[in-house]
Amino acid sequence: MKELSLHILDLVENSIQAGATQIDIKIDETHLHTHIKITVTDNGKGIDPAMLAVISDPFVTSRTTRRVGLGIALFKAASERCEGIFSIQSRQGNGTTVTATFAIDHLDRAPLGDLGATMTTLIAGYPDIGIRYHHILFQDSFTMNTAELKSGLDTVELNDPAILSRIKEMINDFCKQ
Amino acid sequence: MAKISVEDLKRIKEKTSQESSLRGGETTVKVTVHMGTCGIAAGARSVMNTLLEEKAESNRTDIKIVAAGCLGMCSSEPNITVEIVGQEPIVYKKMDPNKTRQVFRRHILKGEVQTDFALGKG
Repeated sequence: MKELSLHILDLVENSIQAGATQIDIKIDETHLHTHIKITVTDNGKGIDPAMLAVISDPFVTSRTTRRVGLGIALFKAASERCEGIFSIQSRQGNGTTVTATFAIDHLDRAPLGDLGATMTTLIAGYPDIGIRYHHILFQDSFTMNTAELKSGLDTVELNDPAILSRIKEMINDFCKQ
Repeated sequence: MAKISVEDLKRIKEKTSQESSLRGGETTVKVTVHMGTCGIAAGARSVMNTLLEEKAESNRTDIKIVAAGCLGMCSSEPNITVEIVGQEPIVYKKMDPNKTRQVFRRHILKGEVQTDFALGKG
């Protein structure tokens, strides 16, 4: 993956496959003043302990379309090669939390990338999923809660092209500062 | 703290709602972008964003663009499936933004299947 924002898209994809309806994405660019911390939490069906123990092995997957599952393995490797720590916590029936840190100035750290594109892809691609996005950047922070926006707009979908492009613009403006 | 607010989006919605109300709410075209790890690594997100841009430009509210998991055809990712009501679904392989634009403008808007990029029917 060329960007950390693509890993985030992939993690959310896992959550949706696990039946999640609500996903929290948190990005903290000031973790310990040296690291970026990415956390994805879902309310999916969770992972059983036996699976959890081997989840970052690429030859383990719950999917039946193919026999290798690279997403978690790639995310873990990306974190560990930039002096980061990866962890995954899950309880069956209670959802899953995946956390990884990345040393900000490590040579091998991929850029955060186009988070606006990741968010609009999720909102447009999975209109029924609730997404909370929280991004901390030094003194500043940014939040988006799709459930709040949907109820405020009095519509079930945020899929209007003009709205999607506005969301993308706002997120990327924040990330650029 | 910055926040995407309802008020901000409401203004945009008001501007566009008049145009979109001219068409019915029914979906006649469904485009699925396959987003497994393989698809994402191969560029599915830029394909998705190209589709969203093209849809915005076409002003067609009857076109629905959705995401789905891995299709199982990792070597030909990014894959998209185009389903037009009353026609056989077509799966396209190895998409990029340019090919996606061509499929959108020729197949989705004009009904001409782009066989060069097609993986198959179904």
